[in-house]
Amino acid sequence: MAQEKRGWDRNQMAARAARELEDGFYVNLGIGIPTLVANHIPDGMDVTLQSENGMLGMGPFPYPGDEDPDLINAGKQTITTLDKSSFFDSATSFAMIRGGHIDLSILGAMEVAENGDIANWMIPGKMVKGMGGAMDLVAGVKRCIAVFDHTNKRGEPKFLKACTLPLTGQNCIDMVITDLGVFAREGAQRRFRLKEMAPDVTVDEIRSKTEADVVYE
Amino acid sequence: MSKKVYNNAHDALEGLTFDGMTVMSGGFGLCGIPENLIAALRDSGVKDITAISNNAGVDGFGLGLLLETRQIKKMMSSYVGENKEFERQYLAGELELEFNPQGTLAERIRAGGAGIPGFYTKTGVGTVIAEGKPHQEFDGETYIMETGLTSDLSIVKAWRGDTEGNLIFKATAKNFNPMMAMAGKVTVAEVDELCAPGGLDPNFIHVPGIFVQRIVEAKCEKRIEQLTTRERSA
Repeated sequence: MAQEKRGWDRNQMAARAARELEDGFYVNLGIGIPTLVANHIPDGMDVTLQSENGMLGMGPFPYPGDEDPDLINAGKQTITTLDKSSFFDSATSFAMIRGGHIDLSILGAMEVAENGDIANWMIPGKMVKGMGGAMDLVAGVKRCIAVFDHTNKRGEPKFLKACTLPLTGQNCIDMVITDLGVFAREGAQRRFRLKEMAPDVTVDEIRSKTEADVVYE
Repeated sequence: MSKKVYNNAHDALEGLTFDGMTVMSGGFGLCGIPENLIAALRDSGVKDITAISNNAGVDGFGLGLLLETRQIKKMMSSYVGENKEFERQYLAGELELEFNPQGTLAERIRAGGAGIPGFYTKTGVGTVIAEGKPHQEFDGETYIMETGLTSDLSIVKAWRGDTEGNLIFKATAKNFNPMMAMAGKVTVAEVDELCAPGGLDPNFIHVPGIFVQRIVEAKCEKRIEQLTTRERSA
């Protein structure tokens, strides 16, 4: 049954995630939709982006001809510095992350469970890539937001009662932003609550595409 | 002239390699990798290497060179997604692989170099990474024990170095290099620019020369993995 695509697109999801930023925040953005959040930082808001390969104060992509092979982000893309930038080694970088000094991590997910578990690094028997810094980020950063399409390519829910894939972290996701809506919880022992819906999306549609036990009123 | 200085990467590895050795190799992706020392390690013909490196290079470059020649027996990495030959060898059971979360890998190397045999971290609790590792509660939160890592040989890449082995890194090419220099029983550094003592400001040394036994000036290709630019606005 062909369905018209409703809800937010990738850029709108990133824009919604950007509304969680606060002045003075140090933020780590994952690869994919989370990277787009950088394009939606409100004017006048002071947000410092951390790149886990060893940089605070990540600047925009360079102009053609200005690329420096010694200056890349965690996605291995060429980037630039800002006046406030600093460089450091990987142990210091993860001291920031693990030590709770980063205010917010926005990352992609393959699955999120109603208890805040996240799986985003491995499909058994399929790909051999590795977790990179994802396990350290979800374990150490103060607040973690998962941004992902509400269902997979087969239309099956990705916001589940329990993750089926190998976990990246336990009970660590505070907010879920999908193409259909926003779900948040107040603390690690609380249930996720539907907070917002994308335009033209109904509660019934979200219910039918969500396996997690979510508070809807 | 300092006894630490060697004329080329091949000479700099002379007498240091043996089959079954553990080698740490600096870099993140292809950024800050010791290109010339990796090529020299390949040419040495040493076999059954356990390689500790955040990534595994790409096909035909970086540590990919040592995978092609089957000189690596085991990899300890956090992310190896850029290398098809790696995936092929691993799925065929020809290569051992130990995934470490990136921060855990960095801290294990830092700890090893600092004489710390083990430490506790919350990274990986409740995941496959925690399986078989001692768990301990601190202030009501669960942590797992990870062990420090050392190497028989660390090969690192720096921007500037002096003949005493003091090193300075550039931008994000620092990454794993400083900790690996500390964790090597022997550490060999390759640098873009080598100068005499006094050529570097001691206030801005990233790795003190005590951690570097051999140093060589060598030209790097510095391949870019993801060339990304923005439009110049008119």
